[in-house]
Amino acid sequence: MATSQTIEFRDPGVRAAASAASADELQDLHGDKLVLNMGPSHPSTHGVLRVLIEMDGETITKAMPDLGYLHRGDEKIAENMTYNQFIPYTDRLDYLAPLANNVAYALAVEKLLGIHDSLPPRCQYIRVICCELARISAHLLGLGAFAMDVGALTVFLHTFTEREKIYNFAEWLTGARFTTSYTRIGGVTRDLPDGWAAKVLKFCDEVLVTLADVDRLLTRNPIFVNRTREVGVITKAQAITYGITGPNLRGSGVDYDVRKAAPYLCYKDLEFDIPVGSVGDCYDRYQVRQEEMRQSVRILRQALQRLPGGYENTSHEPVQVADGKVFLPPKAKVLTSMEELIHQFMLVTQGINAPVGEVYFGAENPKGELGFYIHSRGGGTPHRLKIRAPSFVNLSILPEILPGHLMSDVVSILGSIDFVMGEADR
Amino acid sequence: MASALELARQLREAFPDLIAAPTEFRGEVTLVVLDPDRVPDVCRHAKDTLGFDMLLDLSSVDNYGDDPRWLVVYELMGLAHGQHLRLKTAVSEEKSGLPTVSAIWRTADWHEREVFDMMGIRFSGHPDLRRILMWDGYPYHPLRKDFPLAGKETSLPEVAFTRQAPLEGGPFVTVASTAESIAREPRARNPQE
Repeated sequence: MATSQTIEFRDPGVRAAASAASADELQDLHGDKLVLNMGPSHPSTHGVLRVLIEMDGETITKAMPDLGYLHRGDEKIAENMTYNQFIPYTDRLDYLAPLANNVAYALAVEKLLGIHDSLPPRCQYIRVICCELARISAHLLGLGAFAMDVGALTVFLHTFTEREKIYNFAEWLTGARFTTSYTRIGGVTRDLPDGWAAKVLKFCDEVLVTLADVDRLLTRNPIFVNRTREVGVITKAQAITYGITGPNLRGSGVDYDVRKAAPYLCYKDLEFDIPVGSVGDCYDRYQVRQEEMRQSVRILRQALQRLPGGYENTSHEPVQVADGKVFLPPKAKVLTSMEELIHQFMLVTQGINAPVGEVYFGAENPKGELGFYIHSRGGGTPHRLKIRAPSFVNLSILPEILPGHLMSDVVSILGSIDFVMGEADR
Repeated sequence: MASALELARQLREAFPDLIAAPTEFRGEVTLVVLDPDRVPDVCRHAKDTLGFDMLLDLSSVDNYGDDPRWLVVYELMGLAHGQHLRLKTAVSEEKSGLPTVSAIWRTADWHEREVFDMMGIRFSGHPDLRRILMWDGYPYHPLRKDFPLAGKETSLPEVAFTRQAPLEGGPFVTVASTAESIAREPRARNPQE
């Protein structure tokens, strides 16, 4: 029988002594080395990352990232609520691409329920459109902030003009610009509004113009190239052993993309290419993100063209599974029919009754593979929900690649790794 | 190309007395390693001869009230064959520790620090087993089932706020079961009660 353990409680004095001892460890006896504290609120850390950097002259000799400033205990919270109640929390993981997080989480729970392969086709296409819009939005910010950190402020203004349009699409579709909470387990909250899809198609043309502008501003810009080429090289072997995923892995020359390796939703019906780098430096990661946005535009155009039911859903295709034990029935039926009333009551009070079992589902998010490991003992709440955050894993390579670089390279490397602390700290 | 089930059988043949028969759920293959102390041997073999070169995730489950209490879960993936395999091992509460796999996959370094931080399971041989999300010197392991959702007070006022969160009796979640309605009513649930 398990008992609770007593845990050693260190008093503040001991703690201060311990941190002083670890600071001593960083310093050498002759005083040649300098310890620099970067963050947690530094413009290039894009959130609240703190990096302790030990330098010999201008060269970095050791780097220690310090995380947790944005820890909110999302995994603990998830254990205490029903599956649908946790969807708003997924908005706040990678808060630059909330729509993609919503989709990834819904798919993980649907995999636990065994319905991830039988979602209505229109729902799958809408989710793909959402994911790709989120990818463009996240990469636009990633590129803009990266370029701004290395001194090209203009790019940021260009990319933010396009991002504003994506926020408007999100607001039009879900009612919220940032905290979208668009998916539900078994579908999406509502169908596409009238005129939305046509505007997205128009946006596809506009964003390509901006991408061409960004390309002209950066790709052959000698300042940008000098600050990124051969800087922060992640070799293929390093990327794999550190579990790096997403554009950072592909920048190192590994052609792994979950959308191709284990296709989910309707990705297997859509044509797109996976850009890969050759060197694995900051410049390659920039190039991979640029091309990924173009591929996302390609996916968007195909998905909009093949959208079952068309833009205005003239054939009344469903966007949710027709299972009253998974998705809330229509309100009109709840008020008139006994069975739907019972379904509504059970779903609201107890949640979806999930089977006993465990699943891991990983989705290709803008930052990398966002995975959810759900351990269910049955019932409406998960026994354990682990979030495999791509930013957390991607940051773990910093102590390996930062040493040997100059202080100014840190800004390039952090920008090119493109992480979000909301996701890393959970 | 070998399927995940085929690869799982090959791994089991290499350690016949150490690994239980593979189970499949939703197309995922799970292997249970019976002795947590030999997990690194199994992982080394899976990586070197079966091509599982990526550790996607390393997580832990607290089966509070059961013996053994902890479950450590490894999600393996091979880039060459694209197959996914889950390894699980149970760790008793008295022991609360197992050897590290950070020498096999470097990514395990931070994952194991997180498991130590959140659950209090120690990984022997880990190069730098410190807390990663909570602050250094924090006395509890918050993902344990006997740690309340509202938090516990600590006497480190200069580090972070330490009062319990005002939950007002929440979160209001019911439990799906055939128990009588008073046992299922929506209210805060604490395993210690």
